Amino acid sequence: MTESELQVFIDGTTRYFGRTTRRPAIVDPPFLKGEESFLLDYTGVIGISGKQRGTIYFSATTDMLSELILSMGAGLPYMEDSSLRDMVGEVTNTISGNARKEFGGMFMISVPVVVKGNQAGLYMPSNLTSFVIPVIWGAHKAFLVVCLE
Amino acid sequence: MRLLIVDDSSIVRRIIERHFRNHAITEIYEASNGQKALEVYREKAPDLVTMDITMPEMDGLSAVRHIMEINPKARILVISALADAATAVEAVKLGARGFLCKPFTAAELDEAFVDILEISAA
Repeated sequence: MTESELQVFIDGTTRYFGRTTRRPAIVDPPFLKGEESFLLDYTGVIGISGKQRGTIYFSATTDMLSELILSMGAGLPYMEDSSLRDMVGEVTNTISGNARKEFGGMFMISVPVVVKGNQAGLYMPSNLTSFVIPVIWGAHKAFLVVCLE
Repeated sequence: MRLLIVDDSSIVRRIIERHFRNHAITEIYEASNGQKALEVYREKAPDLVTMDITMPEMDGLSAVRHIMEINPKARILVISALADAATAVEAVKLGARGFLCKPFTAAELDEAFVDILEISAA
């Protein structure tokens, strides 16, 4: 994955928060993922196939997702498990789908799968490099992890 | 006017529903995938459909194709995160009257809604 490809996901993340909540997110410098887990309370996982293969996941705390639901004015129970799962899946789906503007239609994304908790690790292909993008939104911190060929 | 909102995200469905509550929409129906959308479309014959693309069971583009077979004059606005031009072109070729990219603003949703009504009236 190139620096410019990584920038697509950084831009997509800041655009998502800026447009849906009018409170832009700040993205810290990305770094290479090692053995450390970056799974928080809820994680949306998207598989990439087509021209490139890999995995993208966005992991956030319950507090962040609740505040995001409130900020978007969806009027849903913002602490309910189903709402939190929905929210993290939608963030992951939107950021990944928006990347097709740069990568084209052969950058194929799956329906998001949501993982709750940080007990189980997520499989990331060992032959591919994963980058961690820390996302700061208000008092909250989340992680976007991008693992692409 | 009757509206059918199709999206696998209940949050997105709720945002669109709350937005259109302020418009001349008298009945709002929802579906969480393309298959359910077809069932609701056949039963309720909505005047306007907002359609996501990436959904389980049946994706939105397939649903657009099926709805156009049911009603070639159907008014469908595709609302998707898939931001590449080819997807938008494909949606329009299948019969969608408009394409709105997520994440959208309220003003963009209004504009797309008005565009569809104007195109349909022309």
